[in-house]
Amino acid sequence: MNMLTVSGSPHIHGDESTKKVMYGVVYAMVPAMLVSVYYFGLDALRVLLLATAAALFFEWLIQKYLIKGPITITDGSALVTGILLAFNVPSNLPSWMIIIGALVAIGMAKMSFGGLGKNIFNPALVARVFLLISFPVQMTSWPKPHAIINGLTDAITGPTPLGIVKEGLDAGKTMSEIKPELPTYMQDLIGQMGGSMGEVSAIALILGGIYMLARKIITWHIPVSMLLTVVVFSGILWGVDPEHYADPVFHLLTGGMLLGAIFMATDMVTSPMTHGGQLVFGFGVGLLTILIRIWGAYPEGVSFAILLMNAIVPLINKGFKPRRFGVKPGVEIKTS
Amino acid sequence: MTGRLKTFTLGGIHPEENKLSANAPIEVLPLPKQAIIPMGQNLGAPSKPIVNRGDEVKVGQLIAEAGGFISANIHSPVSGKVLKIDNVPDASGYKRTGIVINVEGDEWDESIDRSDDIRENIELDGKEIIERIKEKGLVGMGGATFPTYVKLMPPPGKTADYLLINGVECEPYLTSDHRLMLEKGKEILIGTKILMKALNVEKAIIGIENNKPDAINHMTELAKAYEGIEVQALKVQYPQGGEKQLIKAVLNREVPSGKLPIEVGCVVQNVGTAFAVYEAVQKNKPLIERVVTVTGKAVKKPSNFMVRIGTPVQELIDAAEGLPESTGKVINGGPMMGKALASLEVPVVKGSSGILLMPESESHRKPENSCIRCSKCTYVCPMGLEPFLLSKAAKVGRFDIAEKELVMDCIECGSCQYTCPASIPLLDYLRLGKTMVGAIIRNRKK
Ligand code: SF4
Ligand code: SF4
Repeated sequence: MNMLTVSGSPHIHGDESTKKVMYGVVYAMVPAMLVSVYYFGLDALRVLLLATAAALFFEWLIQKYLIKGPITITDGSALVTGILLAFNVPSNLPSWMIIIGALVAIGMAKMSFGGLGKNIFNPALVARVFLLISFPVQMTSWPKPHAIINGLTDAITGPTPLGIVKEGLDAGKTMSEIKPELPTYMQDLIGQMGGSMGEVSAIALILGGIYMLARKIITWHIPVSMLLTVVVFSGILWGVDPEHYADPVFHLLTGGMLLGAIFMATDMVTSPMTHGGQLVFGFGVGLLTILIRIWGAYPEGVSFAILLMNAIVPLINKGFKPRRFGVKPGVEIKTS
Repeated sequence: MTGRLKTFTLGGIHPEENKLSANAPIEVLPLPKQAIIPMGQNLGAPSKPIVNRGDEVKVGQLIAEAGGFISANIHSPVSGKVLKIDNVPDASGYKRTGIVINVEGDEWDESIDRSDDIRENIELDGKEIIERIKEKGLVGMGGATFPTYVKLMPPPGKTADYLLINGVECEPYLTSDHRLMLEKGKEILIGTKILMKALNVEKAIIGIENNKPDAINHMTELAKAYEGIEVQALKVQYPQGGEKQLIKAVLNREVPSGKLPIEVGCVVQNVGTAFAVYEAVQKNKPLIERVVTVTGKAVKKPSNFMVRIGTPVQELIDAAEGLPESTGKVINGGPMMGKALASLEVPVVKGSSGILLMPESESHRKPENSCIRCSKCTYVCPMGLEPFLLSKAAKVGRFDIAEKELVMDCIECGSCQYTCPASIPLLDYLRLGKTMVGAIIRNRKK
């Protein structure tokens, strides 16, 4: 007979693993990856491959030579970061900038905090903001997605819808004057608008979100609370003065709103642990996004909003506990 | 089927049920050659031997007395000669005091009614029932092994209005309660009546999970003849057999943190205990045998046996046609809360509900990874705790945090660890936390 193994209960384990969760996120991003390659062509493929390869490489390098610990690059988390980084940059970004982005994401935002699960900020977003501040010109010249459909390989660059609105309003125009310059909502939905690679098709992102909900990788709380806040807040402003504020649908479909709501704000490592906390977190992200979009210096606000809220997640976790069994809500728990 | 399916609302998981032995009728296992009877079979203080080496004992004779208020008498499960009183292996892995009896024949104490006649009429009054249950060494048969009589004596000022009979058997693989309900349904119902009389309650509900439709139908049919007893079908969800979860599921009452079921007017007893109560009160029979499931994916003949206490596990496995070659782990109990055994010499005790043989390939934990803060452990915790936080606090010695975050409410159901994608041994740390915080609280009270 074999030696009997003795260990504490439980003796069975469900079939989830870190790997399955991470690859689940990767599968959820497949539709958006396909759309980005469809619209931006080989350039998109270049960005995707480079960003993921660099993310994996830096994680390996740091684990092998700096930390000298176990190598965990196959767990899928660096892959997720790489793809998200690619989603957050324009498809014509120079290759060396992408590599720097990957280094910032993995080295600075993830490994320096202690690696998977210990970082406070979403690594891909830290990289996006770093690149945006360091290389503002390259990071905001967006190739127009329909270039490939017209058979042009040399992408034409142009501003994003958010950029058009911001510039227009700053120049004293009204929304009805700006409207003709904007893509239609239908174009926003399928991805025919200027923007970073992963944010151009709302439908592809929503598909990914539904998949993650079904696989229980994310819950509905953050996306719903964030988007609802955006709709309500921007809706109030628009209702008061439709000539100077864009409508809620515009806010929902443009920029990084859906990418942020579905893939970035829901990052399990950097978002709150309880449903209550998640609702508050989503509300904060939504509110800050509109504040920044309308009154900030940048046309886009999702990345900043998520990073700001990431910073207070530890506080939210302290304040929002799960509903305890046998404890009436609001009643102070006394320790005997 | 009775009414709509109920269940508890907070957390919970649904592991593969694997009830391989559900259709195997209870078989009486032949007597062992030697019975090993550990003194620490119940929750609370161990019992004290009152026989000596060389003494002749009969089946049902008192051989050890309760060692305190929360303790239980032990009766000889066999007849023969006391070989020694010495350290014996028990399920804990330690050697503890026990009585070893060499079996000779099968001679019973004359006061025990061994006939199969069903005795419906309850002659004893409430007080006498409690006295009898105490005398006959009854403890909770679901695994917790809390002395049964203590639960029947609510502290002053507290009264019960409901008795809940736990026929949930939410642990995967185990089927001993299921078979008992199918084969001894009437006895269980009379046992329930007896318990109702002792507690002076009008209403009892038997909770059974919906994966045992035959037991639900059978018990519902039989219960019609017993006033005040109802059967409630429950949605399959682990750990519904936990007392607090069962009360929540059946009555939607929530036992306050740190309190006992009596706080919300409930007493919970297992179906196996109800059967033992019937035998003790109506037949004068002490707790000397029980139903034990022997099961596992590679087991040739998954079975349910009526086994004398003290029978070595090895003999149960032999009767199920042997230990499969592939076995890597032997578990006393179910896969979620059972204890892994280090040896097959360990005997069946009052709380043994099953012996589960796990193949080598399923005997080892997956390698532990970093917590990815996915919250899945929190979502499934039936007590609304944050296992990731509690285990971390225990790991780094912050027992003050563990206490404040209610580690003592943890029922050790293992749902969190079962679910954790990073395969973190959360419950190991939670147990450590509970032990340390328990000690801190006791010290503070001194
Ligand atoms: S073992 Fe404790 S902490 Fe884990 S799920 Fe069960 S009750 Fe919650
Ligand atoms: S389930 Fe595991 S990985 Fe997820 S939060 Fe809990 S401890 Fe961390």
